Amino acid sequence: MIATSHLRVRWREDTDAIVPVGPGPTVPPPMEDAEPRSRHFSSTRNACKLCTPLGACLVFRGVEGCVPFLHGSQGCSTYIRRYLISHFREPMDIASSNFHEESAIFGGSGNFQKGVLNVLRQYQPQLIGAATTCLAETIGEDMPRLLHDLREKHGDSITAPIVTVSTASYRGTQIDGFHAAVKALVEQLGQPGEKTGAVNLFPGMVSAADLRLLKEILPDFGLNYTLLPDYSETMDGETWSEYEKLQSGGTALAAIAATGSAEASIEFGRTLANTETAGASLQKKFNVPRHLLGLPIGIRESDAFFALLSVLSGRETPVKYSRERGRLVDSLIDGHKYIFEKRAIVYGEEDLVVGLASFLCEIGVTPVLCASGGRSKHFEKALRDAAPALPAETLVKEVFDFAEMSELAPSLKPDFLIGSSKGYQIARSLRVPLIRVGFPIHDRIGGQRVLHLGYRGAQELYDRVVNALMDAKQETSTVGYAYL
Amino acid sequence: MIDLLPEREPQVVRKTVGAPAADMACGKASAAGSVSQRACVFCGSRVVLYPISDALHIVHGPIGCAAYTWDIRGALSSGPQLHRNSFSTDLQEMDVIFGGEKKLEAALLELIAHYKPNAAFIYSTCIVGLIGDDVSAVCKRVAEKTGIPVLPVHSEGFKGTKKDGYRAACEAVYRLIGTGDTTCIGTHSINILGEFNLAGETWILRDYYKRLGIEVVACITGDSRIADIRRCHGAKLNLVQCSGSMTHLAKMMERDHSIPFKRVSYFGIEDMSAALYEAAKFFSGDPAIMVRAQQLVREEIAAIYPELQRYKQKLVGKKAAIYVGGAFKAFSLVRALRLLGMETAVVGSQTGDMEDYRQLQEISDPGTIIVDDSNPLELAEFCLEKDVDLFIGGVKERPIAYKLGIGFCDHNHERKEPLAGFVGMLNFAREVYASVASPVWQFAPRRANRAKEVSIA
Repeated sequence: MIATSHLRVRWREDTDAIVPVGPGPTVPPPMEDAEPRSRHFSSTRNACKLCTPLGACLVFRGVEGCVPFLHGSQGCSTYIRRYLISHFREPMDIASSNFHEESAIFGGSGNFQKGVLNVLRQYQPQLIGAATTCLAETIGEDMPRLLHDLREKHGDSITAPIVTVSTASYRGTQIDGFHAAVKALVEQLGQPGEKTGAVNLFPGMVSAADLRLLKEILPDFGLNYTLLPDYSETMDGETWSEYEKLQSGGTALAAIAATGSAEASIEFGRTLANTETAGASLQKKFNVPRHLLGLPIGIRESDAFFALLSVLSGRETPVKYSRERGRLVDSLIDGHKYIFEKRAIVYGEEDLVVGLASFLCEIGVTPVLCASGGRSKHFEKALRDAAPALPAETLVKEVFDFAEMSELAPSLKPDFLIGSSKGYQIARSLRVPLIRVGFPIHDRIGGQRVLHLGYRGAQELYDRVVNALMDAKQETSTVGYAYL
Repeated sequence: MIDLLPEREPQVVRKTVGAPAADMACGKASAAGSVSQRACVFCGSRVVLYPISDALHIVHGPIGCAAYTWDIRGALSSGPQLHRNSFSTDLQEMDVIFGGEKKLEAALLELIAHYKPNAAFIYSTCIVGLIGDDVSAVCKRVAEKTGIPVLPVHSEGFKGTKKDGYRAACEAVYRLIGTGDTTCIGTHSINILGEFNLAGETWILRDYYKRLGIEVVACITGDSRIADIRRCHGAKLNLVQCSGSMTHLAKMMERDHSIPFKRVSYFGIEDMSAALYEAAKFFSGDPAIMVRAQQLVREEIAAIYPELQRYKQKLVGKKAAIYVGGAFKAFSLVRALRLLGMETAVVGSQTGDMEDYRQLQEISDPGTIIVDDSNPLELAEFCLEKDVDLFIGGVKERPIAYKLGIGFCDHNHERKEPLAGFVGMLNFAREVYASVASPVWQFAPRRANRAKEVSIA
């Protein structure tokens, strides 16, 4: 920022100065400011989080025949659509009740009713997933009452159930909205019944490839299951012959209803231990035992997942997966020298960071900073539990943003960053590789196909980490070996 | 044919041969539940002011609005890069209960001290007014303490449409105009309004005007600085490109500073040339400017014409759909496509007005569908009905095209290739060609099935 302040002085003193034009050299962005941060900022600068309704919309897109619906301004739905489309590269229709001034003053009931009727008419959905926004929450919209009024007035025209979830964006992050929507679905659609022997799996905000892997693993243990949500097809589908109003795929409503009669629930996310989640709710309401695991990233967290499936199914882990594990271990040995004690900055949604840090510690990489924009208050404990080898001096930061990270990063001397696209500018300024994982990946194609989970996901991550570091070594070498 | 929502029917027109241009409904709030492609008031303001690169832009509200607009636009700066950051007061529940004024004030003072901007814009989001924050009072206090202009942007998302956001941005920026020294501004001087330096387009245009001997005082807001804006009332003419967003500013400048304005467009050979001639005509007291303009147009066209012709041969007879933010851009695109031998079968915009749509009907071919504030289902249906080969739009339209096996060209603020000017026309032609001629479409089911039918027949 030295350059900027210099210019400012010049302009102030001499307002007639001709303003620089043309594609001159650009000064480094302020993010590269190497001055260590000396004071607290009240603002968030380049957030390492998104707003709550985004998570809810993604969940609803993972339910068969469901249209996500935001009760608020038009912009919320449009911005979230654009953000999700840029990652998944799939259509993402989100309806909006499109508040205007009168709705903000007199309540949005009229717009909600009109919006629901228009969605039913245009899309003929099996379900509408209605999430609130900060606007609706601030004026105190009472969703159950809105639903009641809707049914009272238009009962015959309401051809699909409507699930509602409260997602004020001043409360939590996208991941809180995600878990809240999953919980809303099982609470509002789940039914009690004879135990079916099936398993509920609530995976959290993982990639489409991760969901596909989970759908392969559970049947391989002979388990019937409900995976919620499941946007593996809706957000990573094929090209169409005709326009599909509602992308095919997603968790069936009947399967959601059956969550109440399942044998057990598996929920990924160590930070969720004290959170009222779908799994916790089903346990309380229908006595479905809840098994909370870390996201199965890396060997130990995957081992825990496969071990639990063994217990629940009464079967050994199929040989297909033990071989995947075996090959993974073999490759760790092949590559260990290239990455030992390399320093990584890990950032993103808390449970993803927990899983990645656990994996990185297993392979000999040192996470020097684990950061998230979230505020679960359980981040550090979850990290230390999942990754006992995490050095005591590793910085663990919640409620963190990318500007803080850019200020801290140079002194940490990382060898690479691992997280979403949004760390790119920091990686670029430090001239170190960025391994793109999680959400969002806006500067590469295939974000939805990045596999993180299980032994197979760990293998992909491992190869990418090692190869990125080998590539960096080659790039910075004066010799240019083609043999490493 | 598509089952339009009844309230949407007046916003769709099909051009019929010989019939006079119909009056289209437009400029109204999107129907609830229609899945409009529009954003909100905040979006309109943020788009327009985003490129002012030595200003602090802070979004006052919960995190979403700031997070979704962080460094997403292709608006380049030749100097400071402050605009590429995303600053937010990130309001939390307690702020909503007790008010966000204190947090906003503290945030501003800290950020201004640290980043030393030349002005600050404070964008109000939906809930700011509802929780009773007096943003203007905060701005006034901070301006007094810091000595820089601190400008509130009244961009609460629900208070109108994106167009109202443009207006709020114009109002905010207008408070700067007239506060700088204009003594060194020459007689042949202009401002370019509604040009955002996407992928460096402003630099291309500045070069053209320089070659004509015309001084560009300020481009608002592409690669602009607060100092340019403060003194831009010294220019003799305003050229308004994105008329939807900046006509309001031009009118205020005409009213208070007697600066006339002209609508121009920099997309396509015809419109680009007309824009240069427009300025040359205005400064007709110096006939050399027109001579230089004619020479420039000749040279530039000669440089790109052979390559354009090559693309035209490949593209002739292909059909396109256009759905963009402002209707004025759509006019240029219809003409630019025609130059490439292509026909526009569907054309629409988020924010066009009645006059825009009347003109669109006039320049369109018979049968063209013209639509205001459309949505994914309608757009998909129109594309299928007209069997288009190309869709020109923004990120939200892209998957509609791709899922149907239709080529797509991004003409939105996120683009990274300059499409303005003569060189931009060449880039545009290249992209259209690359979008339409790629071999990948043969595998898309719609095309693949058609190929099968043909081979069976």
